[in-house]
Amino acid sequence: MNIVNFTPVSALTGGLLIGLSVALFFILNGRMIGISGIASNFLVSKNNRVDNFLFLVGLILGPLIYSYTTGKEINISISSSLILLIIGGVLVGFGTKLSNGCTSGHGISGISRFSLRSIIATITFMIVGILTVLITGIL
Amino acid sequence: MNKIVSLLCGIIFGIGLVISEMINPEKVLGFLNIFRDWDPSLAFVMIGALIVSTPIFHFFKNKNKPVFSSNFSIPTNKEIDKKLIIGAVFFGSGWGLIGLCPGPAITSIALLNMSSAIFVVSMFIGFYLGSKVN
Repeated sequence: MNIVNFTPVSALTGGLLIGLSVALFFILNGRMIGISGIASNFLVSKNNRVDNFLFLVGLILGPLIYSYTTGKEINISISSSLILLIIGGVLVGFGTKLSNGCTSGHGISGISRFSLRSIIATITFMIVGILTVLITGIL
Repeated sequence: MNKIVSLLCGIIFGIGLVISEMINPEKVLGFLNIFRDWDPSLAFVMIGALIVSTPIFHFFKNKNKPVFSSNFSIPTNKEIDKKLIIGAVFFGSGWGLIGLCPGPAITSIALLNMSSAIFVVSMFIGFYLGSKVN
């Protein structure tokens, strides 16, 4: 194993902001953030639909406000083929709906609550993610 | 007020995903690539988030009510069942395949990237299919 591209300061800074968002949403609105829950409930449920919609709009405004205020360009790189993007997207949507949470809902909000359910889900999707990268790297 | 809070929390969360670079699938795949060239950065995203959210949650959970809402809504499901594990396995495999999870995927719509848009549409189809099974 080699350590590469390590950027602990920006990762920690971004993480603190994500934690701040989770904390504020809880103190002010009384809900624990989970993006898969917010997005999927926006799609299938009338409860809190406007709040959920506005949160998702906020997510999309985030990078625009960041670029506008800092003048920095945001670059992402996705090299996956069309068919893999579709398969990956459906797996992520279906899986997070089935287990009621994703990296934020289980990984951050759930672990904050010391929920055993969330800790087990997080360990499971981390291990499977690592194995998937290992296997696709070999193929 | 809680409408404004929702929008504001979305913005803060989105900026956090940008600064931490969690929005970039290459960075996520680097984090999951522990057996070869490992980029441990994203562990620090989780640490950063948890050191804020954990104490705040435990301090406020026993208060009467949130500031702008009538009651706290905290998940009560404690069951560790097949659905939890199978769902996490599906999610982990899709995450490891592309490097996108729901938050970064939706946030990346701002960048008008065709690949991430295809991923997001597919993810919403997955949400719909999952809600039918649930």
